[in-house]
Amino acid sequence: MNAPTKKLKVATTSLAGCFGCHMSFLDIDERLFTLLDYIEFDRSPLTDIKHCSPDCDIGIIEGGLCNAENVHVLREFRKNCKVLIAIGACAINGGLPAQRNHLPLTTILEEVYHTSPGLANGMIPNDPELPLPLDKVHPIHEVVKIDYFIPGCPPSGDAIWKVLTDLLAGREPELGHGLMHYD
Amino acid sequence: MSQTFIIDGKTVPFEEGQTIIQAATKAGVFIPHLCYHPDFKPHGSCKLCTVKVNGRQTASCTMRAMAGMVVESDTEEINAERRALTQMLFVEGNHFCPSCEQSGNCQLQATAYHLGMMSPHYDHFFPNRPVDASHPEVLLDFNRCILCSLCVRASRDVDGKNVFALSGRGITTHLIVNAKSGQLADTNFTLDDKAAHVCPVGVILRKRKGFAVPIGERTYDKQPISGTVDAVTEGH
Amino acid sequence: MALNDMHAEAVAGIVDRVVTRYRRDPTCMVQILREVQEACDWIPPEAIDRMQALLGVPRTKIEGVAGFYSFFYTQPRGKYRVLFSDNITDRMLGNKAMMDRLCSSLWVERGKVSEDGLVSIGKTACTGMCDQGPAMLVNNYAVAGLTATRIDEIAELIRGKVPLAEWPAEYFRIEDNIRRADILLGSDLKPGDALLAARARAPSDGLMASNMRSWREGLPTGLSGPISMLDEIKRANLRGRGGAGFTTALKWEACRNAPLKAGLQRIVVCNADEGEPGTFKDRVLLAKYADLVFEGMTVAAYAVGATRGFVYLRGEYRYMLDHLNAVLAHRRRENLLGNNILGIPGADFDLEIHVGAGAYVCGEESALIESLEGKRGTPRNRPPFPVTNGYLDQPTIVNNVETFAAAALIALNGGEWYAGIGTKHSAGTKILSVSGDCERPGLYEYPFGVSIRQVLEDCGAKDTQAVQVSGPSGICVAADEFDRIIGFEDIPTAGAFTVFNNTRDMFQVARNYVHFFQHESCGFCTPCRVGTSLLKNLMDKLHNGAGSPYDFTEIEKLNQLLQSMSHCGLGHTACNPVLDTIAKFRPAYEKRMMQQDFTPAFDLDRALAAARQMTGRDDPAAHIITEESGEGA
Repeated sequence: MNAPTKKLKVATTSLAGCFGCHMSFLDIDERLFTLLDYIEFDRSPLTDIKHCSPDCDIGIIEGGLCNAENVHVLREFRKNCKVLIAIGACAINGGLPAQRNHLPLTTILEEVYHTSPGLANGMIPNDPELPLPLDKVHPIHEVVKIDYFIPGCPPSGDAIWKVLTDLLAGREPELGHGLMHYD
Repeated sequence: MSQTFIIDGKTVPFEEGQTIIQAATKAGVFIPHLCYHPDFKPHGSCKLCTVKVNGRQTASCTMRAMAGMVVESDTEEINAERRALTQMLFVEGNHFCPSCEQSGNCQLQATAYHLGMMSPHYDHFFPNRPVDASHPEVLLDFNRCILCSLCVRASRDVDGKNVFALSGRGITTHLIVNAKSGQLADTNFTLDDKAAHVCPVGVILRKRKGFAVPIGERTYDKQPISGTVDAVTEGH
Repeated sequence: MALNDMHAEAVAGIVDRVVTRYRRDPTCMVQILREVQEACDWIPPEAIDRMQALLGVPRTKIEGVAGFYSFFYTQPRGKYRVLFSDNITDRMLGNKAMMDRLCSSLWVERGKVSEDGLVSIGKTACTGMCDQGPAMLVNNYAVAGLTATRIDEIAELIRGKVPLAEWPAEYFRIEDNIRRADILLGSDLKPGDALLAARARAPSDGLMASNMRSWREGLPTGLSGPISMLDEIKRANLRGRGGAGFTTALKWEACRNAPLKAGLQRIVVCNADEGEPGTFKDRVLLAKYADLVFEGMTVAAYAVGATRGFVYLRGEYRYMLDHLNAVLAHRRRENLLGNNILGIPGADFDLEIHVGAGAYVCGEESALIESLEGKRGTPRNRPPFPVTNGYLDQPTIVNNVETFAAAALIALNGGEWYAGIGTKHSAGTKILSVSGDCERPGLYEYPFGVSIRQVLEDCGAKDTQAVQVSGPSGICVAADEFDRIIGFEDIPTAGAFTVFNNTRDMFQVARNYVHFFQHESCGFCTPCRVGTSLLKNLMDKLHNGAGSPYDFTEIEKLNQLLQSMSHCGLGHTACNPVLDTIAKFRPAYEKRMMQQDFTPAFDLDRALAAARQMTGRDDPAAHIITEESGEGA
């Protein structure tokens, strides 16, 4: 690959995720330097930039949607990024957080804040600063259009590298045996 | 004298009465499948093994091979449709691979890998399917059931027990067990049953044995499902 | 104690009686379950205990069957189980207002059972009363022509716990509404005449000997009587009236020629599982011309060498069972059924009626056979076909009610006479079940070749926008196609002819049909089981205003997949109403693509409602506004 004249702006975030996919992203190790010849980071936990620039090229999103804040962030990404990539099991199918989906939210909040043993005068937090939880956890493709997916929990650094380099080279990303996994 | 047909340009011999998938498997040609198992009567329900015979789609597990047939299987068009079926199965149930004991040994997962399924694409149904942990040795996690009926067939045809059956209809079709309580513990099911070892996904699980094989050494870590064509359905 | 609680001994007594009457035969499972439910109001676990013991089948099998059919309840339902027919025609006639009225009058929520266990109210697929809707079933007995007054009266009867048998008889009166009769609906066949004619047509040479040996032994060849009957059917160019239009003589001949293992017999099945929404001709044929149909079946038995027959009557027509059994009893007395029919030695044929239990898919012949065998109504893998391996693995023909009625007339009048009616490619007549926006809904029998326009004129349809011919699995015909004709060469049909005037929203018509297919998918194969649900969700998404061009593309892809990958015709045709209406009434869809960009199927703000309620918050951050209103960075 030849270094481009203009670097692609990449934003990343973790919604209802564990940052494991971001950790895995860092696992591409020294290839990060190569990558940085082609991209620059915009909004991301790596830069601590709080909002997306309006001209981001790629948004990488870890985690599903479990509350209102997640929805706002996802919408910001969709609005400002030309291409959105869902990374990891939670972004793709809700993952671990979505395993609450068979329970009514009211039951969950009741149990967590009222009826669990050891709670004294528990009350459900109602501070307007706190985002309200959605009744179900949703994968992000159910709320905005997602262009590419990198499955895995987390996807390996190699898988992330493969998809990104495929994209940078203008190829349809493909993960062969060994790189493609859902766990 | 053995007769032949053509699949994806390859000439495949077959014996009278063999289905397309039987003959293809024997000749080393992999056709994706989930409800098919060489030990049991073909079911034809998952439709993953659909091929085009003389231009028309048909399930290769139920269709008898015939001399001179021209079969298309590994084409972009058919694989795209198979991938869509796999995605349907993923959103229909609750398939959380990272926390599934069968991950790495799961035929649904391996088939999805084979077909390049990068996401489940559709909106998830997130059905409520309580697990049955009543049995001392076996856990039933219905969240992962794909209604292939292999356990139904194994229990009925091999074990002679009828422990499992499908009930309901349409999207509410579900697996039931042979007890008034609806609990596996109240059936005569044991770990020795054939039915305990045919689930292609992670519904019928041996207790206290989960995650025993480390990542990297599980069945489909070592080779893709298409590479297991000879022993593809031996399962565990 | 709720009304529908019964003592275990009482339940066991009921099961004993029913199972005994069905000779402890597990193939009669559907009938046994139906009768047990008729007596117990549901199928309690104790009944399954007893059936398991008496029938010697595993519990899983009984529960699997009971769980398949919509009309079987393994959870307590009301003493009065009201199901409102929810075909598009019922909707057009205001079924929702009727249902709401009954629900509020009886203080019961739709789909639920009242707290005292007295009544449950729900919806069901088309009950075949489209010409006299809105209609309902009460404990599977049909009540048509509902009005607000009638609903109030019914609520009063239910509240007063008046047994169904004591309700005014006129509530259960079902009109025939024959508007145009031809050879079938105008038939005055004297029972037995068609059989006599069939027999007489055989070459007199060696008649008794050869003829009867064939019937008794099912020998395939060299027998002039049955063969000459088959020849007449061939000459008539009769094709199946259930929609697919398979050549009847070919089916019969294949069955006749199928090898018969020792101890087995050939079977004749009449498919009266008239489940296609908008169709109700078989109801009238059976109500008014049962002898014609049974005689046609007997003619078929004669032609193929069958000794046993079934009528598979859809559960919605349960109310006709006593009448049909009375006709059968009469035919037995007249020696038109039973042994040595018409005194011919060896001419043995009898038939029984099996009642379905709310499963459209059982109209598919192999699913129907499964159901007849007491199983879940799942279509079989084919080949082998029923003509060689049908009911209990025996050679079986399955034909539509109207096909048998036509066969009786062909036996009587000959194939040439029949072939002279209709068009070159479509011999005979076709009964159309006309309903929807017209002045005179009902049955119209025409020789094949009649134009859509002619039918519309005859039934008094005005400002017609579209006609759904042959129900949801058929085709939607727009105004510029009204000169097309009913016939196998143009528009084949099972008989439904549903008229929509230009005030109707064709998107809603398609959406109703998609809901129907989703409800009726048997769940056997992946594409239909999941695909019909996905399609339903997408149509609902459009309906809810969340549709975008993305969803439109998704709908088209799903249609493609259902057509190519499904196991049976249900899946193959489930997308027809959508494909047709998209092609012909695209503005109805475009109106609904209210979003430029992909929009979630669910309402994000509503997804916070539970959290708002639990926290008592209603501040701006406790809401998610829709994107158009300037949401974002």
